[in-house]
Amino acid sequence: MTRFLLRRLLGLAVMLVAASLVVFVVMNVLPGDPALLMLGTGATKSTLAALRHQMGLDLPLWQQYLRWAGGLLEGNFGISYTYQTPVAGLILSRLWVTLPLAGMSILLSVGIAIPVGVIAATRQGKAADAALMGAAQLGVAVPNFWLGLLLILVFAVRLHWLPATGFPGWSHGILPGVAALLMPAVSLALPQAAILARVTRSAVIEAAGEDYVRTARAKGLAARAAIWGHALPNALIPVVTIMGFQFSYLLAGTVVIENVFTLPGMGRLLFQAIAGRDLITVQDIVVLLTGSVIVVNTLVDLTYAAIDPRISVGGGER
Amino acid sequence: MRATIPALAAPALAAFMLAAGLAPGAARAAAKDSISIGMTLEPPILDPTAGAAAAIGEVTYQNIFQGLTQIDAAGQVVPSLATSWTISKNGKTYTFNLVHGVVFSDGEPFDCTTVKFSLNRARAKDSINPQKALFAPITNVACPNAETAVVTLKQPTASFLFGMAMPAAVMVAPDSAANNKTDPVGTGPYKLGTWVKGDHITLVRNPKYSGKAPPIATATFRFIADPAAATAAMLAGNLDAFTLFPAPESVPQLRQDKKLDVVIGNTSGKIIISLNEAKKPFDNLLVRRAMAYAIDKQAYNQSVLNGYGTPIGSHDVPGDAGYVDLANTYPYNPAMAKKLLAEAGYPHGFSMTMLLPPPPYARRGGEVIAAMLGQVGIKVKLVDVEWAQWLSQAFTHKDYEATIIAHVEPRDLYQYANPEYYWNYHNKAYDALFARYQAATDPKQQLKLWGDLQRKLAKDEPNIFLCALPKIGVWNANLRGMWKNMLITVDIVGQMSWAK
Repeated sequence: MTRFLLRRLLGLAVMLVAASLVVFVVMNVLPGDPALLMLGTGATKSTLAALRHQMGLDLPLWQQYLRWAGGLLEGNFGISYTYQTPVAGLILSRLWVTLPLAGMSILLSVGIAIPVGVIAATRQGKAADAALMGAAQLGVAVPNFWLGLLLILVFAVRLHWLPATGFPGWSHGILPGVAALLMPAVSLALPQAAILARVTRSAVIEAAGEDYVRTARAKGLAARAAIWGHALPNALIPVVTIMGFQFSYLLAGTVVIENVFTLPGMGRLLFQAIAGRDLITVQDIVVLLTGSVIVVNTLVDLTYAAIDPRISVGGGER
Repeated sequence: MRATIPALAAPALAAFMLAAGLAPGAARAAAKDSISIGMTLEPPILDPTAGAAAAIGEVTYQNIFQGLTQIDAAGQVVPSLATSWTISKNGKTYTFNLVHGVVFSDGEPFDCTTVKFSLNRARAKDSINPQKALFAPITNVACPNAETAVVTLKQPTASFLFGMAMPAAVMVAPDSAANNKTDPVGTGPYKLGTWVKGDHITLVRNPKYSGKAPPIATATFRFIADPAAATAAMLAGNLDAFTLFPAPESVPQLRQDKKLDVVIGNTSGKIIISLNEAKKPFDNLLVRRAMAYAIDKQAYNQSVLNGYGTPIGSHDVPGDAGYVDLANTYPYNPAMAKKLLAEAGYPHGFSMTMLLPPPPYARRGGEVIAAMLGQVGIKVKLVDVEWAQWLSQAFTHKDYEATIIAHVEPRDLYQYANPEYYWNYHNKAYDALFARYQAATDPKQQLKLWGDLQRKLAKDEPNIFLCALPKIGVWNANLRGMWKNMLITVDIVGQMSWAK
């Protein structure tokens, strides 16, 4: 176990260095100059030179990289070229939107997918199964941004129940914040729930055919209890695996959905920072996202052990 | 759809929405002294002397920061922190009489030393002022007394007072100037309340403001980039105004809403096809004229701007005081275009590449323009570029043949006399004419020469002039004080109020 964690930590470090190098190179290969973007079409040679010097863009690239990467090691994320404030503060304030949004989406997705998948599995081949899986098929096909716009049209423009876009900030209370995140979370959750429900269904059907479920039934356990108590726990491994994959998609999805709903989250910050060539901010966020994906994958591996005691994460024998 | 909510859930939901302040109409009940305004782009910083983004001026100009002069709704230069001024006979010395008793929102007094500091800072060697050219004519700023500022210029500069009204020329105080990017301190009726980056900026009344307190107490600027989301926010009543509304296709829908006013006006944006005169065949006047004849500006306006733009024939817009209508200099005539191309030695046309930055006037417009030019044998390869890439490839490195772009800086005819500008337009006659305009001291003479400059460009067609970029304003029908046209992007909250 300790060896497993150490190996993962080492992997994390290597991946982070690689990611930081890749994103730094890519951002610097991209045409576009942050100083020029600040000055626009009125820029002159002298103002451009003065601003590039102020921003440290006149230094050789390797020095710029070491400056940035060295700062990261000390926990200093640097100063945003665009906003001229510390990137750490920018990211931290955005996490207060993106983390609750991602959390709500995962809860909604799992909360919908597991019951739907199990119900469809127990009614395999019946009308309820066909209806639920038909809906899931539709959910897989619907892009999240389109779903978002549809929700805005119905619940904000027609019914005036929820704000169309934007985020009031948590200082205005929990309810307005949750209300603002509700439609974005649903837009992110439904397509993911659709996939997860299909995986749950097939995993439960497979597990339901196993001997231990038959034994449980033979001992006199009701069909429903056998499915929820015995088949589902054993079906969770593929479900958790898919959830792990979905986490990266969820991060990508927040970029799109935060733009549709103009939420001040990290995804929108990343999107704007790329367009605005806010190199430091892009680099910081990409390194953070890389780290979080690796951490989540590690957590998924640890979860396998929790779900199935036969699996040892240390790489030992079953 | 309301009827389908289960009986038990409905009261709970209503209570939830009341608690959340979401009940329809709840926001409109009390007498209103606040306003929420939509913008597509967020200002990166709040110091108009340190960044070119129009959004900086939209939030701060005349709200937080004020200049010596200002531009009014009619596009005229009127007094601001300078209550009056005199210009010497030779046009080189400007004596500004300053307002009395004005302090910055942090208490620092405004007087001639502030003027001297602000102007010298903008023209200094290490200045990063986005419009440093405005200050280039200044040779000296003197303070005979605290309430008088004397500015001496190298040569007479007809555009000087207009330039001093630009957002980049606002007055900043020595103690606070360095922090204005994130903590703006100005002399205006408002100061920064909160800034939730990525979402909104709130301005609140400046208690130290020397004038009468404005009717609106708080103004919230919300950033909504997506056109569909902007439409939804207006229709849902989440916003009171959208000064530069980004979705022309939604205008008919918004017009049906009685609660909203939709007002179409002009910005100072000139949509042009920039041609690189350093590249063949764009150095050839006949080719440029042929291209102008080949393009149906009205059709471009209809299909790209939904008909809300105004065709133009030179580098100026109808909202400007000295505008001359030259839109018919090269009326749509493909046969004439082919004839001129043949005369220029291109009887079968030629191939060219056109860079398209992201806005619809370029991306959607590029398709339309390429089809029109195709009719006369000019094969256009369209290349989409990001704004950052456009600035570095076309604007800085001049590595382009043609590009569609809106130049939004008002009265920027001086760029055609700037030999370093990315158009590579070098014309001695134009340069001489521009020098004569700048040297003119009589306003009538200035106006005449301003017209001559436009006529000269229309004749020479260094770029293909398409349309004035429309200003689609959408706001609550009870809101007063919004501008129909605007030469600079502004939202002057101090002039706004609610009816009744």
